[in-house]
Amino acid sequence: MIIDPIALFLLLLSASTPILFAALGELVVERAGVLNLGVEGMMITGALAGFAAAYHTGNPWLGFAAAALAGALIAMPFAVLTQFLLSNQVASGLALTLFGLGMAALFGKPVEGVKAPAMASGPLDLNWIVWLGLGMVPAIWWFLNRSRAGLILRGMGENHDAAHALGYDVRRVRIAAIAFGGAMAGIGGAFISIATVLQWTEGMTAGAGWIALAIVVFSNWTAPGVMAGAWLFGGVTVLQLRLQAAGVRVPVQLLSMAPYLATILVLVAISARQKFSRRAGSAAPGSLGQTFHALR
Amino acid sequence: MIRLVPRTETPALLQVVTPVLAVLATMLAGGLLFAVMGYDPVAAIKTIFWDPLFGPAASYSRPQLLVKAAPLILIASGLAVGFRAGIWNIGAEGQYIIGAITGAAVALTAYPAAGMWIFPAMVIAGAAGGWAWGMIPALLRNWFGASEILVSLMLVYVAQRIAAWMAFGPMKNPEGFGFPGSRNLQQYPAAANPELIPGTGAHWGVVAAVLAVLATWFLMSRHIRGFHIRAAGAAPRAARFAGVKPETLVAFCLGLSGALAGMAGLFEVAGPAGQITDKVGVGYGFTAIIVAFLGRLHPVGILLAGLLLALTYIGGELAQLTMNLPAATVQVFQGMLLFFLLGFDLLTRYRIARRITA
Amino acid sequence: MNRRQLIASVAALTTTSLAMPGWAQDGPLKVGFIYVGPVGDGGWTYQHDQGRLAVEEEFGDRVETTFIESVPEGADAERAITQLALAGNQLIFTTSFGFMDPTINVAAKFPDVKFEHATGYKRADNVATYDARFYEGRAVIGTIAGRMTKSNKIGYIGSFPIPEVIQGINSSFIHARKVNPDVEMRVVWAYSWFDPAKEADAAAALLAEGVDVILQHTDSTAPLAKAQEAGAIGFGQASDMAAFAPTPRVSSIIDNWAPYYIKRVGQVLDGTWTSEATWAGIGDGEVVIGDITDAVPAEVKAEAEALRDKIGAGEYHPFTGPLNKADGSVWLAEGEVASDEDLSSMNFYVEGITAEIPQ
Repeated sequence: MIIDPIALFLLLLSASTPILFAALGELVVERAGVLNLGVEGMMITGALAGFAAAYHTGNPWLGFAAAALAGALIAMPFAVLTQFLLSNQVASGLALTLFGLGMAALFGKPVEGVKAPAMASGPLDLNWIVWLGLGMVPAIWWFLNRSRAGLILRGMGENHDAAHALGYDVRRVRIAAIAFGGAMAGIGGAFISIATVLQWTEGMTAGAGWIALAIVVFSNWTAPGVMAGAWLFGGVTVLQLRLQAAGVRVPVQLLSMAPYLATILVLVAISARQKFSRRAGSAAPGSLGQTFHALR
Repeated sequence: MIRLVPRTETPALLQVVTPVLAVLATMLAGGLLFAVMGYDPVAAIKTIFWDPLFGPAASYSRPQLLVKAAPLILIASGLAVGFRAGIWNIGAEGQYIIGAITGAAVALTAYPAAGMWIFPAMVIAGAAGGWAWGMIPALLRNWFGASEILVSLMLVYVAQRIAAWMAFGPMKNPEGFGFPGSRNLQQYPAAANPELIPGTGAHWGVVAAVLAVLATWFLMSRHIRGFHIRAAGAAPRAARFAGVKPETLVAFCLGLSGALAGMAGLFEVAGPAGQITDKVGVGYGFTAIIVAFLGRLHPVGILLAGLLLALTYIGGELAQLTMNLPAATVQVFQGMLLFFLLGFDLLTRYRIARRITA
Repeated sequence: MNRRQLIASVAALTTTSLAMPGWAQDGPLKVGFIYVGPVGDGGWTYQHDQGRLAVEEEFGDRVETTFIESVPEGADAERAITQLALAGNQLIFTTSFGFMDPTINVAAKFPDVKFEHATGYKRADNVATYDARFYEGRAVIGTIAGRMTKSNKIGYIGSFPIPEVIQGINSSFIHARKVNPDVEMRVVWAYSWFDPAKEADAAAALLAEGVDVILQHTDSTAPLAKAQEAGAIGFGQASDMAAFAPTPRVSSIIDNWAPYYIKRVGQVLDGTWTSEATWAGIGDGEVVIGDITDAVPAEVKAEAEALRDKIGAGEYHPFTGPLNKADGSVWLAEGEVASDEDLSSMNFYVEGITAEIPQ
């Protein structure tokens, strides 16, 4: 064995943290029935706000808190558009990406070229945020599957009209979910700026938000699935780089395609199982992406 | 207490007034942003919206509007047909990339042959590539019930990596000194897609975009399939009773939008872009989704929305050039414009009524 | 007004103004730049913009500069360059390889505007090309790397397998091995010029392989951040990355376009500009070795600086024989120096690097 599997796994844990956070957030949003394609815009906003706060206060933890807040705030135009103004979610999400990338670039000028304060690492020499991300997996699983609030949220995602008929405030729950998704994406982005690069540069999330969207599909909309997906997507990158470092020739482009093809296969398998055996699988939320409008 | 009541019909006046209101709101909010950033708001807004059309270099930038808008309009016309039926192809970017690759493949295989057949063959190959890439989510939905939204989106990522692989591997220019990227098709006359009339900016892609607008308008308002599509979108169950087969519609809509996106990719790669690189997908497929919605899924609306977006791109460059406005400011401004246009759209779909509370 | 008339009128304007010897008195010379990234990228584009600012500093009122940033390569580039020409810029710098064909296309329509394309190989009467001999700087930091490594493994994060990057890998390896015969080189391709998360992963992969010195040809500081975590060292790339000094950043290889930009603008101002291919290095100040910090022992620092000065003075070429290719075949005989043609299409590793270049 040319590569130590345990060392590789530790690399993987760090590498997958930004996409794990963003995908867990998007999982909750999609479970509530909302498809937010603006993850990239929220991540980059978090990367900037988190970095700026960490730099000015000297405290990385305050940085992550600021990132969560900024991610949630930048998601609000999307929430207003989709929940109050009943705009199409796909188009609004794309606009959010554009807006977030622009805002971050604009407000990032003053902190270009400076360095973030150092962060103490936790057990196994891994950043505490890595552990926090791993902790969020069971927490979100519990929330979605065992808590009453999670049950209501999932019900809205399955059938918002029914949830509304039962007297639940679909809009309020969904706005809360969108804010949570923004906060998680913000933390994921801030991990890149505060813990990985230690600097702010324009466009530094470089497409991670789009990977997070794929992971949610791969996960079959479950929290453990998101973790598996983040490890798969992060793992392929880490593995191919690690193999290259060991002097092994790897077909990089073909290999980096593999997780997306795997995602399609998973999606097809789950859909087929649902279609042919009428099993109550837990595939895509029934109301995902649809505009909700209460007539009464 | 106010509430929203869906409109059964949108007054023609509102159709025109809401986008104007949205643009005005953007000018206000954007002007504020520019002022805060220390730029003259009036000059900035004039540079973005007026100068590309009537400014000192307008005789150059006006045709460029067509060049920039053509792929957006071509893709969005196809997408809108599907969106009307409730079939969500959000992977046009992938179909665009694959169309560019399959179309360019014909040219690179034929190189350096000359012949009238080459360019038409490329167009067919581009459309076929986009169509095939669009049919993957269609078939997976029809056979297994897999969501076409998600499959088509996943296929964008796959297409992007295929493009990178092509640019570094099979399609790399053998005379390119090891640099990635294919031969430049602009320099291969039989395969090039140049301006048809110098100075107009109009290449075959612009012609195709206009034809697509006309054809989709005819399809949606004059053809039985268009009726089926609208019926399926408005009342899926009723449409099924009326004999509309959903499977056929899914295949038709994804195939059509894929083919148009693939053609757009081919026209770009043979014309303005010139070559296959790892960055051949520049986001037209995603922007076209926004264009389709801004145009209210109507062919004429799409035409105008495509031109409006092209205007802000070119105006944004001019603002950088003449006012030193950072690119990011322009990007924020565009984001605002989209938010406002999407938001104000509410007025055309719903009317506001006062809730009567006892 | 159709395009032909427009171009004719623009051309007429430019010829009349250029034909006059005392042209500078007519108003400032307008110089345009187009950038592939944002000015705030902290690397490639940032350094070009520093060059632009140096031009303004040098010539003051005699020049007026503008730029368009974040221009995608391809169709948008051609439009942006044309806009710069139409806006009356007399000299236009297009600062990315992917702007090559668009630059040539636009230049054909504006015969009286001068164009300068970075890192390309196509020229015309009004299109010059310029590039930097980064491999000269790589020789210097390769020397430091060879002396500083304790594990005898140095890592190199490449962007794309293109000649410029391969020159850098070979040059740093040759000079690392010259001072440390046991040194090995590990290469990882990121397939991106700028992707902080991936660059961090690449650095982590190299560190896991036992590498303790990281060289990079990608633009972010992520590899330095990883090196710092692991107690390894690295070098600033493109810009100085001084925020990471004195360690992990022990030195840097800086793209300094200012001398070239000032020279060329000056030549346009006094009417002596001609189209040529410039490939300048340390001697012309285009490649600069950033401050070597105290983390490097004094004798290593002195050795590196001596090599830098020798290269700068033209006394030594980093690719001097005897050198073999990785497959064992002879590339350069004893005392033979690599030709520029050889270098600009380099697609092989030198003997000693065991990896293969992805094709």
